[in-house]
Amino acid sequence: MIGAACQALASHWRRHPLQLGTLLAGLALATALWSAVQAINAEARASYARAASQIGGATLDVLEAPGGPMSRARYVALRRAGWQLSPVLEGRTRLGEEQVTLLGLDPLTHPPLPAFEAAMQADQAVLAQMLTQRGLLLAPPELVAALSDVPGLPPLRASDSVPPGMVITDIGLAERLLARPGQIDRLLILPQQPMQLTPLDQLAPDLQRRASRAGADTARLTDSFHLNLTAFGLLSFAVGLFIVHGTVGLAFEQRRAMVRTLRALGLPVRLLAGLMLAELLALALVGGLLGLGLGYLVAAALLPDVAATLRGLYGAPVAGGLSLRPSWIAGGLAMALLGTLAASAQALWRMLRMPLLSAPGLQAWAQRAAQGDRRMALAGLGLIASGIAALGLVKGLIGGFALIGGLMLGAALLLPPILAALLGLGRHLTRGPLGEWLWADTRAQLPGIGLALMALLLALAANIGVGTMVSSFRLTFTGWLDQRLVSELYLTARDDAQGAEIVRWLAPRSDAVLPIRAAEFTVQGNPVTVYGVVDHPTYRDNWPLLEHGPDAWAQVNAGQAVFINEQLARRADLWTGDAVQLAPGWVLPVAGIYSDYGNPTGQAITALPALLAHARAVPNRRFGVRIAPGAVPDLIEALRAKFDLPASALIDQAGLKSRSLAVFDKTFVVTGALNLLTLGVAGFAILTSLLTLWSLRLPQLAPVWALGLTRGRLARLELARSLLLATFTALLALPLGLALAWVLLAVINVQAFGWRLPMFLFPLDWLRLFVLALLAAGLAAALPARRLYRLPPSELLKVFANAR
Amino acid sequence: MLQIENVSKTYPGARPVLQGVSLHLDAGETLALTGESGSGKSTLLHLAGALDGFDNGEITLDGTRLSRLDDSGRAALRRGCVALVFQQFNLIPSLTVAQNLSFHARLAGRQDPAWTKDLTERLGLGELGARYPEQLSGGQQQRVAIGRALAARPALLLADEPTGNLDETASNAVLDLMLELVRDSGPALFLVTHSERIAARLDRRAHLSGGRIA
Repeated sequence: MIGAACQALASHWRRHPLQLGTLLAGLALATALWSAVQAINAEARASYARAASQIGGATLDVLEAPGGPMSRARYVALRRAGWQLSPVLEGRTRLGEEQVTLLGLDPLTHPPLPAFEAAMQADQAVLAQMLTQRGLLLAPPELVAALSDVPGLPPLRASDSVPPGMVITDIGLAERLLARPGQIDRLLILPQQPMQLTPLDQLAPDLQRRASRAGADTARLTDSFHLNLTAFGLLSFAVGLFIVHGTVGLAFEQRRAMVRTLRALGLPVRLLAGLMLAELLALALVGGLLGLGLGYLVAAALLPDVAATLRGLYGAPVAGGLSLRPSWIAGGLAMALLGTLAASAQALWRMLRMPLLSAPGLQAWAQRAAQGDRRMALAGLGLIASGIAALGLVKGLIGGFALIGGLMLGAALLLPPILAALLGLGRHLTRGPLGEWLWADTRAQLPGIGLALMALLLALAANIGVGTMVSSFRLTFTGWLDQRLVSELYLTARDDAQGAEIVRWLAPRSDAVLPIRAAEFTVQGNPVTVYGVVDHPTYRDNWPLLEHGPDAWAQVNAGQAVFINEQLARRADLWTGDAVQLAPGWVLPVAGIYSDYGNPTGQAITALPALLAHARAVPNRRFGVRIAPGAVPDLIEALRAKFDLPASALIDQAGLKSRSLAVFDKTFVVTGALNLLTLGVAGFAILTSLLTLWSLRLPQLAPVWALGLTRGRLARLELARSLLLATFTALLALPLGLALAWVLLAVINVQAFGWRLPMFLFPLDWLRLFVLALLAAGLAAALPARRLYRLPPSELLKVFANAR
Repeated sequence: MLQIENVSKTYPGARPVLQGVSLHLDAGETLALTGESGSGKSTLLHLAGALDGFDNGEITLDGTRLSRLDDSGRAALRRGCVALVFQQFNLIPSLTVAQNLSFHARLAGRQDPAWTKDLTERLGLGELGARYPEQLSGGQQQRVAIGRALAARPALLLADEPTGNLDETASNAVLDLMLELVRDSGPALFLVTHSERIAARLDRRAHLSGGRIA
């Protein structure tokens, strides 16, 4: 009995290979985009974990000072008390043009470090070299290559065991490079300790002992980025599932007659449902495997850009290569299976409850769907309201994403009722018979194509929303660059001595030489880079202040106040007028907040003398030079000739801006690619809907043809119908996309990156997207329309055959 | 009105359906075409209605030679001078009864509201104008199909087993009504049926067997 039933069920797919292909393609696309994002996230997280283990001490407890770094004297005192500790100093700094994470440690006391051991296996002298006055920097090979021509750096040695974007060195050299002499960020508590030591909470009650969180900081910092990607992956998955839902629903509808016959022949309905479920799961497995393959390719293509973004934005160490993980395969297949079940549940449930003598047909399907319109509208409104409520109740990124989820899904559910109302209105406004038929028939097709249109709505809204966010960000960023990069030339000297020499040489040859000097401090436990600036109109006239108090520049130039960046302001909840402690004994009022895009960490500026008073050995090697723009090329030539500076040490303003913009653009390559893929999937959803509806369309089109319309005209009307629906959907996607953009700019960005951006509108981009949507819908409708145009009359006449 | 001369038709990969069939129908005349299943009755009706092309011979409809028409010419002829009634009714499901009734006439640019109203009342559809086809019984749907066909005032009405889907009572009622309306409005009627009883009620009859007029 089961064999015969299986044969009967499988015969449907043999007769409808296109439908089978559509179902598998939908599953594969949904799984592909989801699993691609998961592969990227898993690879990044594995990189963080690998990095944590590579830098060693991942399992040891650490001792920290709550307010910031501790002094070397504390370390020495604890050592004298018998405690076996190893000091670590860590910070972000710029070496040449590379922003790197510098990890300074004591090679003699630090637990075994893979990076050291690998280097020492190759050359025993590594340890000794690291402890010399000149020191040694261990870095990954690609970083060594990038830093090889940077003047004034200690010797470099490549090691595959050092995480990407990181440089490891002796703590003494790290102090100098980070300009944090005598400071220690944390002490690793080594496992072997002498007996009967005075407890640490008695020896140093002000220090906190906590479990290791190596790697956790990076993971926390990049969580928002991964959450963004996951949200995109889920959106793509949902769009793909629309295809599955539509195809499975249609396949079940078309098999109603067969199901009735099988049941009439004595097959129990539960067994039948079980067989159909097994059939679906088998298809989900095949589609899921195809999707995994596709997802792997997509992830491999996108990962290098993601890795570059994570390194650039967060200094997160991510390798560009992708490895195949069993958990990723299992997760992808589970999503494919669960997604198929979710997308098919309604159709299966309907099949279980279907009366034996129920009549099949599209009209019944359409009628049921129409009845569901009101429920969908209510559910849509409910979801939107829930999203808004969630933002109020749950603070942070989760609340923001809940709002986006509610907004997007709610709007998608509202689409069919709104389209039905618009089509009804169109019908009332039309006079001719063909127009009347076109509007009415389009309305009747909504249940069949509604899901594909929902997918299109989501894809378009995501494109508009993310596009508006990225373009607003880019516009703001460009304006901000113009304000921040005012100097016509930026140069890096080999060392402080050469820096001083260059400044003297430049004095008569330029309008001003502005030193770029900074040191790392800790505010509320987080690293903050404090820049010292000289009193010059360049800063006063251009610095991108978001808000400031009275006489702000005068106070800052006097060293009596600081400006802080928006990230630090939001993270530490410090605003104009508040006091900020930059170091023990160094408390300054906040004179203003400035925008600082593309920088994940806190930053502050104050007067250079004030900085130098609180930080020793601040490097004096980087300068901005003010000069007439036309004189820059000659000055570069003269500087190179005079001081033997490499090309990378002299960058004109335009070069620096274009470099910054290139980094910015690279950051959004992934979102752009996912956007385009999602739109592609939505276009494919329309195509599959139209193709699967094809067999049901003929009985509706044949009478109109018989009454005197040519196949060509009918084909054109079919095309017009798709364009009409795509137009309505695109118009409705615009407000949804703008709402999404607002949430991204005002909620998600603030939570994820710490800055709020103004929202700009880009009507030309909308027009381009609108044309793209129409093109996608037109292309999707072109194939069925061409088929109709070329259909022999004998095929249409079969509709009227009496034996039908 | 309708002249079919030596017409043959073969579908690709199949045996010939029609082999040298000749037939004529005068204006206002009613003709029943009978024959067993698969004899080619419906095919001949489709050819006469310019729904499909033929391989040999000629069909002349209201002075127009169908072999010389292209796709749009045939469509124009169907709009202008032919009307069709099928066994499956084949109404347009997305339009109401009232819209279905006037659809063909409006498409042909020959809508006569008084005539449509008269037809609606005589067909007993007055109360059903706002309903959709799926909300009607088979007999009601066929009455709408007949009304749609006659509202366009065609020169030739082609009916393919128009009562084949109805029970005997409904079948008699629908046929009576159709013949009465045909007589009153004056088109020629070419009706395909396998029922001797129905065929006997028309002016003339022809029998098709194995693709030939017997």
